[in-house]
This record gives sequence, C-alpha cells and structure tokens, in this order.
Amino acid sequence: MPDASPPSLPASPEAAALDRPAIEVRDLVKRYGAVTAVDRLSFTVPRGRTTALLGGNGAGKTTTISMLLGLVTPSSGSITVLGCDMLRHRYRVLPRMNFSSPYVDLPHRLTVRQNLTVYAHLYGVPDVARRIDTLAEALDLVGFLERPSGKLSAGQKTRVALAKALINMPDVLLLDEPTASLDPDTADWIRTYLERYQAERGATILLASHNMHEVERMATNVLMMKAGRVVDEGPPTALIGRYGRRNMEEVFLAIARAEVMPAVRGGFVE
Amino acid sequence: MSAVPQSGSAARRIGAMVLRYYYLLRSSWPRVLELMYWPTVQMIIWGLVTLHLLSSSEWIAQAAGVLIAAVLLWDVLFRGQLGMSISFLEEMWSRNLGHLFVSPLRPAEWVVSLMTMSLLRTLIGIVPAALLAIPLYAFNVFTLGLPLLGFFCLLIMCGWWLALIVIAAILRYGMGAETLAWALVFLLAPVSAIYYPVDVLPGFAQVIAYALPAAHVFEGMRQLLFDGSFHVGHFLAGLALNLVYFALASLVFLAAFRNARATGALLQQGE
Repeated sequence: MPDASPPSLPASPEAAALDRPAIEVRDLVKRYGAVTAVDRLSFTVPRGRTTALLGGNGAGKTTTISMLLGLVTPSSGSITVLGCDMLRHRYRVLPRMNFSSPYVDLPHRLTVRQNLTVYAHLYGVPDVARRIDTLAEALDLVGFLERPSGKLSAGQKTRVALAKALINMPDVLLLDEPTASLDPDTADWIRTYLERYQAERGATILLASHNMHEVERMATNVLMMKAGRVVDEGPPTALIGRYGRRNMEEVFLAIARAEVMPAVRGGFVE
Repeated sequence: MSAVPQSGSAARRIGAMVLRYYYLLRSSWPRVLELMYWPTVQMIIWGLVTLHLLSSSEWIAQAAGVLIAAVLLWDVLFRGQLGMSISFLEEMWSRNLGHLFVSPLRPAEWVVSLMTMSLLRTLIGIVPAALLAIPLYAFNVFTLGLPLLGFFCLLIMCGWWLALIVIAAILRYGMGAETLAWALVFLLAPVSAIYYPVDVLPGFAQVIAYALPAAHVFEGMRQLLFDGSFHVGHFLAGLALNLVYFALASLVFLAAFRNARATGALLQQGE
C-alpha cells in the first residue's frame, strides 16, 4: 500500500480554535421537496463531552447526523466541526471523525479483518495490523476476525461497527444506537469502553439513542428534537427536574406525546 | 490510545479501495472463473466461424485472425465497462456508500480505484482467451505489437466513460437502472463496426460510427491486419473522442454524485 506523504496531521484548525465547541450548527435547514426535515436548527456540542440527540422517528436526527458527516448537503445554514467549515473543507476534518450505525452495513462478503483493514487504510491509520489487534482485543472480536461480516450475529455486527468507528481514534465520534442488539452486560461493557476512550482521548461524542438509561449515564447534555427542531436541551438531571419526571424516558415520552409543549430552548407548558 | 491517526495520501486511499475489491474477487473462485469464461467461449465460437469462412470468404482469407482479434478487442470494451460498473454495484448491494463517504475518500479517488479494478478484471478475462487462441487457431493477437496496446487503451477508456454514465444513472435513478450495466454497451455495438467495416453501415450510421472511439479502433485494427500499417489518424481520432467523452461523463458523474448528497441517496441506496 503506497503512502508517499510524510506522516503529518492535517492542517489543524484546532490550535486556533481550542476554546470553540467541537460542533457548531447554525440555522441548519434541510428540505426534501415540500418536506422540511430539519428546520432552522442551531446547537453546539462542547469538546470532550457526550451530547445526546433525542427525538422520535422523523424528528430529524438521522438527517442532522448525515449533514454533520457530509453525506447530505444542507439546504441552508452552517456546520463547523473542530473549527472547520464542513460544507467547504470537510476533507480536512473527516480523518478526525467517524461514525457507527447499525443501519449502515459493512460489506458482507469481506471478513471482519478485511473490512477493518480497508477502513484503516482509508483513514490513513499507521500500523494497521496492530491497531486491528488492539481493537479486536478491546471489543472482543478475536474469535470472529476471520469470519465474513455477513455471517455475524446482530451483537457481533454492532461491535464490529464500533471497531470501524474507532479505527482512526476519532476526536469526534457520531454514534447512532451504539448498543442496539446487545445484551445488557455487553451493552454496559461497551458504554464503559466508550467512556474510557473519551476520558483518555478527550473525544467528543454525539449520541443518537433510544435507550434512555444509556443517555442518562453517558450524556452530559441532551438535545431534544421534534419536527426538525431542537425543542429543549440541558443536562439529563436538569431536564428531568424541569419536566417534573422521574427519568429521561418519561421526559422523552412527555415531549414525544406532546403532554407538554416545550418552548424552543427551555421552558414548558403543561 | 496515545497514537495520533494520520490522514494518509490519495494513493493509499485508492489502494485501500482496490484492496477492498480484490478481497471480494479473491473470496469467490467462481467469480474469477466467470471473468475468463465468456471471453474464452466467444473466442472459440468466432474462431470456428473464421475456420468456416476462410474457405468461402475472400475478405476473411486476407487476414485469418480478423474476427478473433475483433471479438477479443470488443471484450476489452465490454469487460472494461462491466468491471467498473460491477465494482460500483458491489457497494450498492452491500449498502456501503454511507461508510465510504464519511471517510476521507474523495469521489475522484474512488473512481480511480474502480478503473484500476476494471483493468485487472479485464486482463484476467481477456489474457487467457488470447493465449488459448494461439494453439487453437494459430492466431497470436500479441503479434499486433505496440498498436495492440494503443487499441487496448482506447477501448478500456471507452468502457470507463460508459461506466461513469451507468454509475451516474444508478446514483440518480436508483437500482432500477442497474440493467444499464449490462445493456448500455450493446447500444454502441452495431455502430462500432466490430466485425465489419464502417462503410457497410448506412450513411447516417457511418456518421454515428465515426463519432465513437470504438469504430476508429476496429477500423485501425482491420487496416493493421490487412495492410500491416498503423493508421495514426484513426488512433488520434479515437483518443480525442475518448478524452471528450470521458470529460463529459465525469461531469455527469459529479452532477449525479452532488445530487445524491442533496437527496440523501448515499445513505439510502441499496437493494
């Protein structure tokens, strides 16, 4: 695998913008024809923290994450990741990002090792074999590294997807349902691993999850989305207190079922 | 967790994608066999036709290998186009575009990797058939020498721009356009003058034929086999047309790719 360029980081905008949030979204709009999937969305995600993006089906979470990753172009608005304008210079920052979703497959006929090897090279990871071995050990993939990805159980696939998401040791990690299909023990183990990764790496995590226990445990801030907009946000404990509920699940249900009408950005009316 | 990831080079990302398609090819020996199967079967059939016509056709008798050379060169175009389109379709079938295009891989680098795989797949398919023609029909296409390399380059380039159009159509219209990967090239076959001279075609079709690089290649091939001379004019015309069509097809591909980003198709495409 030829690599003519000397090993060097991409021109880091981080140095000049260390105090800025990892992700800044301003007035983001996405329209598909007459349908507005994301409607003047603005939020920030602080560095080194986990922020959860919550909302029911059709709230605009997937579209938002896709725009953050550059997979979908916004109709208007701006996205800045690690100080880089994603709409103009996304290739400067993509090597420092990654994502995992149980809804986007890895090639089925390639083995787990082959898939991880390809992505390691795409992200320019040095010492590919060692990185794969480290991840295989950490995420308990050793027993099926040589198995085709299409022949894995749902839980194994989720772990492989996470290994792919961590292959480049990203500074910004976007996780869509990272513990879907995992038994409680493995899910807990994965959350612990992610927390340790974040603590050691100082990584920023944006988490979309329907597991409210996971959100309460991992997220320092929650963005509640509905109809393409952030209708409320805050730390889980603050939201629980503000809505007078016992946990995030009840807060989620209250907003999703419109038992309360949250004013945009804080406050609510029973 | 102390190592810092590197961004890597374009060559490394292209190499990664070639590796991805190589792993896929390597994982199934019937796929490799299939690559060789059709060119070999076609060469055998056209070789037998040649043997029959040698005794009854003055035209064939002038250059015994003209039909075998034609079938082998046509397969360069066909396999070149199919090889690139199939590698693209593998990504669609496995719904992998979402992962690929959140990585630092650029669309142009991806296209280069698709062209590289197309070249490998074409060589795997054509070379065994060309070698088999030597003992079977005493025809060695490699004796065409350097011009053969020129013909090969022009035809595979023609396959590449056709594949770019196929890929653009599938990105734009979804898997319903998948059949184009096998069908589009045959739209050009009648006017490419593969097995007969361009002047056999009706007047309007001759104009179309000379607007296509493939017809210039097959005219050049016949001239080389019949007269032993390399027609530089046909070669340059084929090259110029290829460059124009490749540039246009690249624009069509980029427009389709931009549209796929706008509609979210990169995330949703699949079977």
